[in-house]
Amino acid sequence: MNQKLLSVSGLNVVFGGLLAVNDLDITIESGQVVGLIGPNGAGKTTAFNAITGRIKPSAGTVLFKGTDVTGWPPFRIAQFGITRTFQSIKLYDDLTVLENVMVAAHATIKYSFLEAMVGVGRYARDEKLIRTQSYELLDVVGLGNYALEKAGTLPYGSQRRLEVARALALGPSLLLLDEPVAGMNPMETMDFVKVIRSINKDMGLSIALIDHDMKFVMNVCHKIRVIDHGIPIAWGTPQEIVADEKVVAAYLGQG
Amino acid sequence: MQPPALGHRDRLLTLVSTGLLLFFLWWAENYTSDYTIRILNQIAIFIILAVSYNVINGIAGQFSLEPNAFLAIGAYTSAIITLSPEEKARSFIIEPMVWPLSQLHASFPVSLLAAGFVTAFFALLMAIPVFRVRGDYLAIVTLGFGEVIHVVASNLVKVTNGPLGLKGLPAYTNLWWSWGICIATVFCIVRLVNSSYGRAMKAVREDETAAQAMGINAFRIKTLAFTLSGFFEGVAGGLLAHLITTISPSLFTFMFTFNLLIIIVIGGLGSTTGSILAAVLITAGGEFLRFVEEPMTILGFHYEGIPGMRMVIFSMSLIGVMILAPRGIMGRNEFTWQKFFDIVRKLRAGRQGR
Repeated sequence: MNQKLLSVSGLNVVFGGLLAVNDLDITIESGQVVGLIGPNGAGKTTAFNAITGRIKPSAGTVLFKGTDVTGWPPFRIAQFGITRTFQSIKLYDDLTVLENVMVAAHATIKYSFLEAMVGVGRYARDEKLIRTQSYELLDVVGLGNYALEKAGTLPYGSQRRLEVARALALGPSLLLLDEPVAGMNPMETMDFVKVIRSINKDMGLSIALIDHDMKFVMNVCHKIRVIDHGIPIAWGTPQEIVADEKVVAAYLGQG
Repeated sequence: MQPPALGHRDRLLTLVSTGLLLFFLWWAENYTSDYTIRILNQIAIFIILAVSYNVINGIAGQFSLEPNAFLAIGAYTSAIITLSPEEKARSFIIEPMVWPLSQLHASFPVSLLAAGFVTAFFALLMAIPVFRVRGDYLAIVTLGFGEVIHVVASNLVKVTNGPLGLKGLPAYTNLWWSWGICIATVFCIVRLVNSSYGRAMKAVREDETAAQAMGINAFRIKTLAFTLSGFFEGVAGGLLAHLITTISPSLFTFMFTFNLLIIIVIGGLGSTTGSILAAVLITAGGEFLRFVEEPMTILGFHYEGIPGMRMVIFSMSLIGVMILAPRGIMGRNEFTWQKFFDIVRKLRAGRQGR
């Protein structure tokens, strides 16, 4: 029996009169890759936003590593171990690829701004450490050769991978990926599956992801949660989901 | 896959050029006119102002209009500290100065530090409510604060001597003080911008949502940027007060902020070296252009000299820069020795090719 890493229970998000997420339960165990699927507007991204603190849930709790993190500000949740990527890429376009990753390590630095200004104390050691770690992460996602390019100039697929590297730099235990392979061609998607596997297996991270590419989702996920119009309709392994009548009716369609 | 770390060559070159600058200042102090020295002092003060103003506006990307207010706070703080009790008793003719301040007297460096800290304190007070919310509130609040400071300085007669201002300040600011502090400021800010704090500020500028999701406390980073800007602007205010030796509320108008905004935008918002370059060009250029207002004879045609002509030419060149380089002279790039040598090499290759 694996340890529960994240357990979301009874999560509700209301926008005005619209119930965007209704009574959502998700459990993620350590080392699992969990998929969140459903038609457009089903509330998948909203659920991610509620988990990472970007919006406040109207009801329900988010328990992470045994601590109730509901309603925490986003930066604290990130420091506590949940980082994410965004559906619409949000990189720091004017910073270099390397800097994009190094920024995420800001929460881990020990030196104060005074030490930085004078250049004494832990400054040099911390900077060197962050730099080395960031290069390693760029190598993991295969961007080591582009370290000094500006992030905004990278091709789309690489920007997606940079977002993943940046999310990893904080040393999270749970990674949320919002449509990571959207807009990628089949080759890029195949590459990305390898990246996810290596993050999951080699680095031991749990991952939750949203995507519409069923082949990809079925391929990498251990468990899948299906939601429709904010209401959870199914939960199970990829095999069980494909066979579920409600899911087929609401989302997958008759093959 | 790591490129070599910055070489000793660059550090050496920076040291050598700082040495050359100091030598030039020594030469200027001994062999040039008071007028030139005054302009050199002004340039140093404007570099301090531009570089620190750029931290909040360009690096952290929070549009702010505070410099005239912070200059005033810094100038008054340090002036009150360096004026001797007798001098204060003599110049406060409307109402005597309030007690603890009237006896306050300390040396110039202490007064500059105090100016920095007092200004930073005001910056902190403003930052705490303003940065709780997102949006352009900082610009509105700082703009208003500038006016409030103006009114307070005119009416708080027991502290500021009201509209009469403070006169007869000791002229402590010389080339060594102004340029020494200027070099120290640039050094500190360049280091800060290249540190993790500077990267976090840029991240907040580029995308605050993403920065928050990556564990950056945007509130704290913005507050840090604004408070540091305030500190250095306060010190610059102290230097300015002891350069012109007379300060009054009417000195610190919005025009100051406006000029600085022009400087950092022309230099390239977000570029420290750009701010320095533009501060030098605009401060020195403004003085240099005075000749167009003098009567002169060109090709037999006598020109009487039109007062204000300087501003016309100045504005036209600003428009020119904005057309040719919409993101400022340096854009968001910084000067590096490597780029410098690349350009030199290219120029040389070009000449040989011909």
